[in-house]
Amino acid sequence: MTPIQGVFLITAAAILWSAYMVVTRDNLIHSALYLIITLFGVAVLFVLLEAGFLAVVQVLVYIGAIAILMIFAVMLTRGDVDKLEQVSIANSGFVAMISILFFSTLILLMGQWPAFSSTAPELEAGRDTVVELGTALVSPKGYVIPFEVASVLLLAALIGALYVARPQGKGK
Amino acid sequence: MIPLSWYLVLSAALFSIGFYGVLSRKNSVAILMGLELMLNAVNVNIVAFWRFLAPENIAGQAFAVIVFAVAAAEVAVGLALVISIYRRQKTVAADEIDLMKW
Repeated sequence: MTPIQGVFLITAAAILWSAYMVVTRDNLIHSALYLIITLFGVAVLFVLLEAGFLAVVQVLVYIGAIAILMIFAVMLTRGDVDKLEQVSIANSGFVAMISILFFSTLILLMGQWPAFSSTAPELEAGRDTVVELGTALVSPKGYVIPFEVASVLLLAALIGALYVARPQGKGK
Repeated sequence: MIPLSWYLVLSAALFSIGFYGVLSRKNSVAILMGLELMLNAVNVNIVAFWRFLAPENIAGQAFAVIVFAVAAAEVAVGLALVISIYRRQKTVAADEIDLMKW
């Protein structure tokens, strides 16, 4: 086993363990903190996949913004703590069965795919994927339209979020 | 070297755990956390496919960037809805949010 494989296995174990904690902890603040471990593990995977820029964006956007937003949302909605902190609905065993069935079906289907255990080709030496990605995102031959649509979507979502969450009622 | 299968199995497992979270949780914020896990699993898959099958084409990474943007938008709107519902109903339990039920 090479050191890289060791790093992958440790990261994978951390991701799956903390993801399991996210979906099972009663205290949602703990869930949110475990979510940060999971997101960080995914950033490590991006580094292993030689997508360094995405790893940085993962830390900035997911850990820096989304996880913190989650923690704020948990703190803002803690009114009826006793009732809310029951984690599972009555049929969580049934749900677990569905998830395991889903997972095994995925693995079975992917196992039949010929490229399933292919290994990564070498990246050409001296190639800078960050420059390539940046160019592709703003070049008319690349992905400038999806990129602009995504930014309009973000703007619309933020205005919509402000509108939906604004204080209601008499003392506006 | 790490084979592609390791990444695919990991992201399938992560997706299934997120799926379990979405279906079994009562609290709407926890449901959104499960969604985040699923989106991350998808992103790992996209980047792994880029690296193993089409590294010459940067589209894989561009696609992952778009997924980031959509995830951020989704979480902003989702949490705004949860907070708005909490203001009106004093609850975020998914089975008690029945404002639109006739």
